[in-house]
Amino acid sequence: MGSTSAHTNEGGLGRRDLIKRSAAIGLISVPTMGFLSACASSSGDSNEKVEKGTKSEKNPLGVNEGAALDFVLFDGGFGQQYAKDAITIYEKNYPKAKVKFTPTQKITTVLQPRFNGGNPPDLIDNSGAEQMDMGVLVGQKQLADLTALLDAPSIDDPKKTVRDTLRPGIVEMGQFDGAPVWVLYYAYTVYGVWYSQKLLDSLDAKYPETWDEMLAVCEKAKKKGIAGWTYAGKHPYYLPFSLYPMIGKVGGREVLDAIDNLEPKAWEHPAVKACFEAYYELQRKGYILKGTPGLDHIQSQTAWTENKALFIPNGSWVENEAAKTMPADFDLAVSAPTGLDASDKMPFGTMWASGGEPFIVPAKAANAEGGMEQLRIMLSEASSKNFTQSVKSLSAFNGGTDGIELTPGLKSGVAALQKAGQNVVNPRLQDWYVALQKEKIGVACIGEMMAGRATPAETIKKIQKFADEAAKDPNIKHYKHQ
Amino acid sequence: MQHGKNRFIVGFLAAPLALYALFVIWPFIQSIYYSFTDWTGLSPEFGMVGFDNYSRMLDDEIFWKSLQHSLTFAVVLPLVTVGLALFFAFMLNVGGRRRRGAAIAGVRGSSFYKIVYFFPQVLSIVIVALLFQFAYNPNSGAINSALKLVGLGSIQPDWLGDPDLALICVMVVLVWSTVGFFVVLFSAGMASIPRDFYEAALLDGANRFTTFFKITLPLLWDTVQSGWIYMGILALGAESFAVVQIMTVGPNGGGPDYSTIVMPLYVYQKAFRDGQAAYATTIGVALLLVTLAFAALVMKVGRRERLEF
Repeated sequence: MGSTSAHTNEGGLGRRDLIKRSAAIGLISVPTMGFLSACASSSGDSNEKVEKGTKSEKNPLGVNEGAALDFVLFDGGFGQQYAKDAITIYEKNYPKAKVKFTPTQKITTVLQPRFNGGNPPDLIDNSGAEQMDMGVLVGQKQLADLTALLDAPSIDDPKKTVRDTLRPGIVEMGQFDGAPVWVLYYAYTVYGVWYSQKLLDSLDAKYPETWDEMLAVCEKAKKKGIAGWTYAGKHPYYLPFSLYPMIGKVGGREVLDAIDNLEPKAWEHPAVKACFEAYYELQRKGYILKGTPGLDHIQSQTAWTENKALFIPNGSWVENEAAKTMPADFDLAVSAPTGLDASDKMPFGTMWASGGEPFIVPAKAANAEGGMEQLRIMLSEASSKNFTQSVKSLSAFNGGTDGIELTPGLKSGVAALQKAGQNVVNPRLQDWYVALQKEKIGVACIGEMMAGRATPAETIKKIQKFADEAAKDPNIKHYKHQ
Repeated sequence: MQHGKNRFIVGFLAAPLALYALFVIWPFIQSIYYSFTDWTGLSPEFGMVGFDNYSRMLDDEIFWKSLQHSLTFAVVLPLVTVGLALFFAFMLNVGGRRRRGAAIAGVRGSSFYKIVYFFPQVLSIVIVALLFQFAYNPNSGAINSALKLVGLGSIQPDWLGDPDLALICVMVVLVWSTVGFFVVLFSAGMASIPRDFYEAALLDGANRFTTFFKITLPLLWDTVQSGWIYMGILALGAESFAVVQIMTVGPNGGGPDYSTIVMPLYVYQKAFRDGQAAYATTIGVALLLVTLAFAALVMKVGRRERLEF
C-alpha cells in the first residue's frame, strides 16, 4: 500500500516534501501582493503629442483633423448612447479622424494603469463607484486645464463662449484651487427628497415644509402601514442629499462651507445638531422602513417604488435608475428638503443641485484638443437636448429644455430649481474628500445613527473627530471654498 | 537512485523557477520597495519616504481593525470548514450502517450528497456573494422570509446591516462555498486508506468515533494539514476580499462602522480609491507577513509522526 507514502527511505528530498513546499510558497504568494505590482510604475513611455491643427472659425481649438481620438466613458445610469451620438457629430466634422470609444464601468481598473504608464486617453467620463480621486489627479498634475474650451465660441452661437452657455456653478465646481478649470461636469443633478405625488395625494397630504409637518405626514402614513422614509442603508451617504441642504437651510451657507473647509468644530454648530436630531426622531418614532439599514440603493428604491415608503433622499438619476420598477402612474416628484421651522436662515426651497458626470482631459493626452472639441460638441444645444430626452437628466448646458416633453421627475426637478432660485447650495465633501464623506461620515457615522445604534450627540462627536483627522492628514490634498 | 537527483531536479525546474522569480518573487521585491515611497498609483512620479508608511500604519485604527478581522477569518474559517468537511467526508465514506458484503460504506445516498456538497464549488465566488446578498436582504430575502414562514416573524435581523452580525454572515458564506471542495479532497484521501484497517477495527468492536479518531484522522493528517493551510490562505486573501467587497455595506464594502473590513479590501481601497498605492503596498507587506506566519504556525503545530503503511 504505497499510495500516500511517496518519499524515499534514504532520507533527502521526497516528491511529497517538494510538492508540499513549493505549493505552500506558491499559495502564500499569489493572493497577497502580486496584483498590486502588476501595475507598478513603468515610467517613461509617455504619449507622443499629436501636432496641433490650424485654428479656424469652424475649428476654434485647433484640432488636428486627422488625429485619432481616444474616449473612455463611464457606462452607468446614463448609458452610452448620448456619447455615441456626439461622436457621430465629431466624425462628421472631422471625417479623417478615427474615434476609439471605450464604454466601461471599471474606470479605475481601465485607466489607472494608463495614467501610470503616461498614456492616458484624450477624454474621460470619470464617474461611478470606481471613480478616480479627482483631488489626487489634480494634485499630481495629471489633468489638462479646460480654460481654452470654456473661452472657445459655442457651437450654436459664435458670439457666446462655451462658458456663457453653462449653468451657474458648473465652472466653479471644476476648479480646485485658483483659476484653472480641471473638470467639466456634464450632467446637472438635482438632489432632494423624492416621492410619489400620487401616494402623497392618497394620504390627503401635501409636501411638508416644517419638521412638525414632516412628522405629521409620517404618522399619517404609518397608520396606513406605509413607512415615512427609506434610504440606501448600505450606502448611507445618500442621506446627505437631503440632510446637508437642510443643515444649510437651518444654519445658513456658512455652516456648510465650514464643514467643507474642515474647520475645527464645524460639525458642532447648533444647526447640525438640530438636523441630526430631527432625522434621528424619524428613526425613534419608527418612521423608517423596517430593514432599511440592510438594503442597498436598488433594493431601497424598489421598496419605495412599491409604495412601501413615502420619501427617499436621492439624486435626479433615480428616475432613470428606478424606471424598471416604477409604476407608470407613480407621478415622481422631488422637493427641496423640509426645514425645521420659521426661524431657519434660508427659505423653504433651498436645495442641493450641482454638476454630475465629471469629464476630464488628461494632461498627458495625445490629442487634448480633440478631447475638448468633443466636449464642445456635447455642450451644444442639440446634444444637450438629446441627452436630456434620452436619459431624463438635465445637462450642464443652461436651458435646452424648451420644446421637449419632460418626464414627471424631470419636470418636478426643473420646477424645484426655479423655486430655489439663488438658494442652491453645493456641499463639496463628496468630491473633495471621498473617503471621509462616503465611508467615514456616511457609513460609519450617519448610517449607524439612522440604524438606531448611535445618538446624534455621539455621531457628531465621531464625525468631528474624523473631520479633524482628515484636516491633519498630510496624505490628503486639502481644498477651501474660494 | 540518489545519484544525480539534484541535478535532475534543478534541470527540470529551471524554467518554471525563472518564471516564478519573474512573476512572483520580483513583484514582491518591488512591492516592498514601493512601501518605502509616496507613490500614488496615479502617476509615475514618486519619492522615497523611509519608514513613514509603516509608522502611519501602526497608528491607523482601521488597519488594526482589518488585521483583527483577517486573523479571525484565518483562525475560525479553517477550523469550521475543515471540521465540517471531515465530518461530511467521514459520513459519506465510512460512517454508514454496515451492509452485507461490505466492511465499510457511506450513508445512504452518499454519492448524491457528494454532488450537492460540491455544487457551490462550480459557482464563481462572485456569484455566490451576489446570491447571498439577496438572501440576506432584510425585507424580502430568503432568510428572513423563511423565519416568517415558520412563525418567527418577530426575529428579522438586518444581517449585513448589523455590525454585530455582518462578519459572521460573511464567514458563513465562505464556509458554504468552500466546504464541498474539502469534502471531495478528504473523500479521495479516505479512499486510499486500506479497508483491512477498518475491518480489523470493526472486529474489535470499535464505534464510529473511535474509527474516526484512531484510524481515519491520523492516516489523513497530511491532507488535512494542506487543506488547513489552503483554507487559511483563501480566508486571508482573495475569497474574503470578494465576499466582503460585494456583500457588505459601504462604498467598497467594509461593513457598517468597519465591522467587516479585511486586509485585502483595505489594500484595494487605499490603492484604487484613495490614490495611495504606496501605503497600500505597506499593508500588503503586513498581509504577507501574516500569511507567512500563519502557514509556518500550522506547519509547526501540525507536525506529526509520519505513519507508514
